[in-house]
Amino acid sequence: GLALTAPAQAADLVDYKVVDDWTIPESLTGQPGDPVNGKVVAIDRKLGNCLSCHKMPIPEEQFHGETGPSLWGVGNRYEPEHLRLRIVDSKVINPETMMPAFYRVEGLHMVKDGFEDQPILTAQQVEDVVAYLMTLTEEEPQTN
Amino acid sequence: ALTTGPAFADEMAEGKWGEYQVGDKRSGYTYAGPETRAMQDDEFQNPAMLWLDTGMSEWENAAGDAGKACADCHGDAEESMAGVATKYPVYSEETGKMMNLEQRINFCRTENMQAEPYKWESDELLGMTAYVKNQSKGMPVDVSIDGPAKEFWEKGKEFYETRRGQLDLACTHCHVDNAGNLIRAETLSQGQGNGFPLYRLKWQKVGSLHRRFRGCNNNIRAEKLPYGSDEYTNLELYVTWRGNGLPIETPAVRK
Ligand code: HEC
Ligand code: HEC
Ligand code: HEC
Repeated sequence: GLALTAPAQAADLVDYKVVDDWTIPESLTGQPGDPVNGKVVAIDRKLGNCLSCHKMPIPEEQFHGETGPSLWGVGNRYEPEHLRLRIVDSKVINPETMMPAFYRVEGLHMVKDGFEDQPILTAQQVEDVVAYLMTLTEEEPQTN
Repeated sequence: ALTTGPAFADEMAEGKWGEYQVGDKRSGYTYAGPETRAMQDDEFQNPAMLWLDTGMSEWENAAGDAGKACADCHGDAEESMAGVATKYPVYSEETGKMMNLEQRINFCRTENMQAEPYKWESDELLGMTAYVKNQSKGMPVDVSIDGPAKEFWEKGKEFYETRRGQLDLACTHCHVDNAGNLIRAETLSQGQGNGFPLYRLKWQKVGSLHRRFRGCNNNIRAEKLPYGSDEYTNLELYVTWRGNGLPIETPAVRK
């Protein structure tokens, strides 16, 4: 497929290859992700804060958002290379999406002091979240 | 009368929001929880009333080198100020840009009273703004975007629709696309301005619409602009215009 190198990044972000505007096949760090830390990153309001928009199989956390789709069973629907691009920069897939790019610094506007040129997550945190999402194979129980 | 209890809850569930809904425009009141609504509805419980008292006494207070009070020129606020706030922000010939109610009040302070302007977010400015706006309570918001206001409305609209901050979100993502949806523990509303200045439980005080803008900008890790900046005043024009027809609710109460 068509392979593109991501545009030059201002900060010291690692280079990665997007294939077909649909996947990032290779780990950003060359290391496997740690699903346990991935869950911590997904919950942390200063990091992934994924619960602000997504329902997830994390019953110990109150208040799951509903502006994005539920992530129950997401590990059945995708491979790591799909999830990696969605977290790095889901606007490659859907330019209109509400979901922030977690590993991109260029093209942003009026970023608050102290957050410029910094991605929301580090490359390893992205890998950790991908590894965690792959463990989410249980489908949401039906409630009536 | 205070309308709470099961009957009220049923009415709410059916989506009959009375005066708080006009067509598809809904006040933040209709997204607030029942306790918050009850607090707003009950004059004795509504904590914003303290600020209205400050505004009311300032109205009579002579200040500045002209030695005048608001009341000396405008008489009884209940008469002279009725309906005034429904038109704000307005285009000002004197400044060549939009003027919101806070700025109009401070214009009278500096030009007509030769007094110091009230500071943004001071109890005096919030109280006076709330007091003046309260004289239009229940009247429909009716800002004009014709003539010279048009170009400022366009700037406000552009601000509203532009992504910003590290989270790269525009106002539209939350308040147009997702009104009614939960974002973590908060139910997103349409982000209407008709209740401001309002008492926010999180702030433990009354705050201006510009304070709310700063909060929303900050939450998406975007730069906060100064109170009363041209950008926020133009944004206020756009936000207020979106709510044309909704009743003025000042002083509202929110979580
Ligand atoms: C501000 C809202 C928001 C935040 C925060 C957010 N997302 Fe999303 N996410 C969305 C939306 C909206 C979609 C729907 C897809 C689209 O818009 O293109 C989505 C889609 C997804 C999908 C695809 C789901 C599917 O079934 O197709 C995954 C996976 C995902 N998000 C994971 C995450 C993870 C992990 C985080 C945190 C690190 C996160 N999201 C943070 C809004 C958000
Ligand atoms: C990430 C989501 C998000 C974004 C983006 C956002 N807001 Fe908000 N806003 C909220 C939340 C949450 C609240 C509190 C609940 C509510 O009233 O919607 C709120 C409240 C408000 C309110 C108060 C409404 C009331 O009745 O009390 C206004 C006005 C407002 N926002 C305007 C804006 C404007 C203007 C922008 C863009 C500059 C903006 N918001 C961007 C999440 C957001
Ligand atoms: C020395 C006279 C004078 C004093 C004192 C004064 N004003 Fe004014 N005010 C005016 C004039 C003149 C106007 C412009 C004409 C008009 O619209 O009524 C005006 C206009 C206004 C308006 C806009 C009315 C509209 O229809 O758009 C408001 C609101 C207002 N004043 C509030 C105040 C407040 C609050 C105070 C005290 C802090 C105050 N004024 C003190 C003379 C005064």
